[in-house]
Amino acid sequence: MTVFVIRRLLQALLVVLLMSVIVFFGVNIVGDPVYMLVSPDADQADIAATIERLGLDRPIHEQYWLFLKGAAQGDLGNSFIFGEPALQLILHHMPATMELAFTALMLAIVIGIPLGLYAGLYPDNPISKGIMAGSILGFSLPTFWVGLMLIMLFAVELGWVPATGRGDLGTFLGIESSLFTRDGLSHIFLPALNLALLKISLAIRLTRAGVREAMGQDYVKYARAKGLSTRRIIFVHVMKNIMIPVVTVMGLEFGSLIGFSVVTETIFAWPGMGKLLIDAILQLDRPVVVAYLMIIVLFFVLINLIVDILYSLLDPRVRLQDQGT
Amino acid sequence: MKKLTAATAVASGILAFGAGAATAEKLTIGLASEPTAMDPHFHNLGPNNAMTLHIFDRLVDQDEKQRLIPGLAVSWQPIDDLTWEFKLREGVKFHDGSDFNADDVVCTIERAPNVPNSPSSFGTYLKGKSVEKVDDYTVHFKTAEPYPLMANDISTIRIISDETGCGAATEDFNSGVAAVGTGPFKFVSYTPGESIVVERNDDYWGDAPIWSEVEFRPISSGPSRVAALLAGDVDMIAAVPTTDIATLGGNDDLQLSQGVSNRVIYLHMDQFREDSPFVKANGGGDIKNPLMDVRVRKAISMAINRDAIVERVMEGVALPAGQLLPEGFFGVSDNLEVVPYDPEGAKAMLAEAGFADGFEMTIHGPNDRYINDAKIAEAVAQMLTRIGIKTAVETMPRSVYFGRASRGAEGDLPEFSFILVGWGAGSGEASSPLKSLIHTFNPDKGFGSSNRGRHSDAETDALIEEALRTVDDGKRQDLLAAATERAINNVAIIPTHFQVNTWAAKAGLKYIARTDEYTLAMGVVKE
Repeated sequence: MTVFVIRRLLQALLVVLLMSVIVFFGVNIVGDPVYMLVSPDADQADIAATIERLGLDRPIHEQYWLFLKGAAQGDLGNSFIFGEPALQLILHHMPATMELAFTALMLAIVIGIPLGLYAGLYPDNPISKGIMAGSILGFSLPTFWVGLMLIMLFAVELGWVPATGRGDLGTFLGIESSLFTRDGLSHIFLPALNLALLKISLAIRLTRAGVREAMGQDYVKYARAKGLSTRRIIFVHVMKNIMIPVVTVMGLEFGSLIGFSVVTETIFAWPGMGKLLIDAILQLDRPVVVAYLMIIVLFFVLINLIVDILYSLLDPRVRLQDQGT
Repeated sequence: MKKLTAATAVASGILAFGAGAATAEKLTIGLASEPTAMDPHFHNLGPNNAMTLHIFDRLVDQDEKQRLIPGLAVSWQPIDDLTWEFKLREGVKFHDGSDFNADDVVCTIERAPNVPNSPSSFGTYLKGKSVEKVDDYTVHFKTAEPYPLMANDISTIRIISDETGCGAATEDFNSGVAAVGTGPFKFVSYTPGESIVVERNDDYWGDAPIWSEVEFRPISSGPSRVAALLAGDVDMIAAVPTTDIATLGGNDDLQLSQGVSNRVIYLHMDQFREDSPFVKANGGGDIKNPLMDVRVRKAISMAINRDAIVERVMEGVALPAGQLLPEGFFGVSDNLEVVPYDPEGAKAMLAEAGFADGFEMTIHGPNDRYINDAKIAEAVAQMLTRIGIKTAVETMPRSVYFGRASRGAEGDLPEFSFILVGWGAGSGEASSPLKSLIHTFNPDKGFGSSNRGRHSDAETDALIEEALRTVDDGKRQDLLAAATERAINNVAIIPTHFQVNTWAAKAGLKYIARTDEYTLAMGVVKE
């Protein structure tokens, strides 16, 4: 297991290094941040001074080398706009995104898996057909539109929850989160639901497909013949077997929930990393964009690793294979 | 547009009425763009400058029309050619109880241009000026040459305390430790991306605000900002998208406040390259740049239907422009009219210049900087195509556009031939656009830094430079007006319209619209 983890970490390092080249050069050949920063009143000397201060007068490979040297010491550069270290800025916005992604994932599991199970067990039932039709909508409707519709319905028309913002924070076990206050929960409901819709649909479809396949298999028939209760067959034997693809996909999707909550965070003015990223892109705050993408790469690498470890716990065959190498 | 003048007329009356009601009332405002720090000298940027005005005061204040009024200075005047004397207000206290005096001014002026990591420094306004304390309530600003715009420049600087502020870093202002000013509100909290909260300063030297607590919430997405207002999350929003103005205006629970801004949207033409990259003969061959001919530039101006741009593209929320600033600003000319739409005259003018069959060119513009910018570029292209100048449109994000438009070509020269841009006169008078857009590009003197067409006319330059040396207000006003007239008659740039900004609030609340586009809690009044 240790060898396995170390090998995966080395692979990850290579991926991160390659990504840093692509990201740094990609971001640095687009646009000109100087004119996004200086005041229109600035004269030519002010503009030249800004260019020099930001190091933009140096050749790009030199800028990359400086970036790498800093990155090796944990310094991903200073935000052009906030003047603070980009890493610190992103870490500061991370809790908001994490709690949103976590809530969305929970919604996807709590809503998606039971509905998928039902649809898989009773495929011809009209309710099941309704669930499946609904999941198609979850897949196909664009997030920004659904988000605005949710706001119009729940915030503007019904007035049940606020339209935007994060709400009060509460502290529990040393963690500060809006999940621990009533006001915070009312704020997180809409953005989390919006973010979760696609994942709910995904969970439904995966679970349903898994259940339908498993129900026809020999071990289920044998369990029935042995006289086990339906409840035990479904929740112990079937569920265990269908969870592997569900865990894999949900794990990867958690990464995308964190990395690409940009649209949802913008619509709901949620002060997370996605909002920070979109602002940084619009204002060409290059260090923040680069640092963000690097962090997301790290996230995906880590999540993949965790999924692999979970596999080996769920499926003994993976464990055995690994010991062989 | 008639509503605008009426609104500002009643506004001052309401202010006086509202000042007496010191009750516990909270106001929540949805902002379109967020300040990047609470440090008033960190970033010379509209949202920052507006936000810090709640906590800090300036020596010279600007009213809603950017006219200079006394702030922490009660009076200012030149005492000789090179010295301005500012008399300070006595009895003013900072939020921590310490007294305001000349030491605060001196240390502020020393700190403002030198904030570490500042993306855009206030040094622009303090270059070549030195400050000197005469007594506790008198300071002298000295320059090497006569400088009439001293009060305008000084009005950009917010005064911090020499005890808490001058030695502090930007983080200390963001955390609130150093965010101690003399302003109408006190700092409560700043959570980037989420909210900024301030509370009333009951000991304010001016009229105490009617709001006991104000929360600002950045909501950058336009539709979400409108939804937050409709849902009652916020009491007022800034920058209502033009597409929503009609709907919100028809809603009885809401009230719109509108006002013209100091921002002119204009077209700049390449006037320095014989072979301009985006101007071609019909069919794509090379051509000697027709935009260097004043008759062609006049024809383009005549071909633009400014009323159509205002009515159709801007949905009525803009004013047609004939010069650099709307009427009422210092240095505006009374002799200039909006150029009337005259396509036939434009064609005749083109023929006279030898381009009866027109030519081809491309208009470049941003698509996320000004209200409806890309649509305006498209409208202009269609209007020009109608008189025979076959115009293609290329718009791009501002992060790409401004760099290319300013120094995208070889030798850091402007890349484009014909562009759409805007200019907001931060100083609130005509020398700002004249100096930056019209004066010959001259890095040594710092003139023409945004002259992306490189228009150059010695006589206009002389008028501008003389105005910038003339301390007498009346004479300077005439010089600025004369320079504007000459520039517009030479078609140095083609102004199309002035932007009008829209705020929306719950019924019963009104915003005193400001030409500098700031959203200030002090300007939110009850009716």
